[in-house]
Amino acid sequence: MSVHAATADLTAPHAPTISRGADGPASVRIVVAYGFWIFLLSDIIMFSAFFAAYAVLSGETAGGPAGRELFNLRNAGIETLCLLFSSYTCGLGILAATKRRIGGFYLSFALTFALGATFLGFEIAEFAGMIALGAGPARSAFLSAFFSLVGLHGAHVTAGLIWLAFMVAQIAVKGPRDFVLRRLLCFSLFWHALDIIWVALLTLVYLMGAR
Amino acid sequence: MEEHSKQQGDARSKGENEHAGSFVTYTAGLVFAVLLTGASFVVSQTGLLWAPGVPAGLAVLAIAQMGVHLVFFLHIGTGPDHTNTVLALAFGILIVTLVVSGSLWIMANLNANMMAPSELMRMQR
Repeated sequence: MSVHAATADLTAPHAPTISRGADGPASVRIVVAYGFWIFLLSDIIMFSAFFAAYAVLSGETAGGPAGRELFNLRNAGIETLCLLFSSYTCGLGILAATKRRIGGFYLSFALTFALGATFLGFEIAEFAGMIALGAGPARSAFLSAFFSLVGLHGAHVTAGLIWLAFMVAQIAVKGPRDFVLRRLLCFSLFWHALDIIWVALLTLVYLMGAR
Repeated sequence: MEEHSKQQGDARSKGENEHAGSFVTYTAGLVFAVLLTGASFVVSQTGLLWAPGVPAGLAVLAIAQMGVHLVFFLHIGTGPDHTNTVLALAFGILIVTLVVSGSLWIMANLNANMMAPSELMRMQR
């Protein structure tokens, strides 16, 4: 950096510029999004360990039920659509908030919350049904890995719903000011990243497991 | 100077609006994602693909859908603001690949080299 500044001074001694890249330092918004992106990547790396455990243990049913007998693909499809559409409404909510259209923001985020809660409802019903069948997390290594992986994603969705409620409250109390919009951007990144993890989960656990 | 910095500010806020995406990008992303999810269900539930090729087909569809999410929902692009983001993403993908493929490899190797329990019991006697 200092070398760059020195050469800039040598070649153009009258230009009083501080050399920090082409157009000066990046805006706070870009720096915040970058920092949160690093967190999301570390979260995805944590998920990769759970995915690896599931992939290794998915055949170890210890005489208990296998995924083929337990998974309901219709439910998995509905869950997928819930998450996809909640990602979409979340994006529309961000657009509305950026353009200071608060009514549109409330509508989009109410839909996002409803779709996320529906997803969680289906997942909890699925877990309860499996435990009632005697296929709880203690039954086999396969089921331990299944409940850890899918449950971890569900815990993230729960955290996301709580965060969503806080963001709606912040918009209501503080209005769409710059720092609130930055937090909103981070929330949307988190919500979209959960969707990416669900794509991997649906493919590995449900679509490949139900065959 | 005043003029110059004002122009620069305008240029930057314009760039940021593009960064935030638009109604069209979100809708296109949703359409692509729904199509790819539907294709995954079709591939796994019907005999459209040659049976041993189904896992590979599902993996390709899943990776394509993750790409759609990254581009249309998370707005990871090729612009100068995205250099660091893309580099961090590449590093993340490297670590995820190492963790998953390394675990599968090591565990498959251990499994293949493990002695059958009956044999182990015989040796302990």
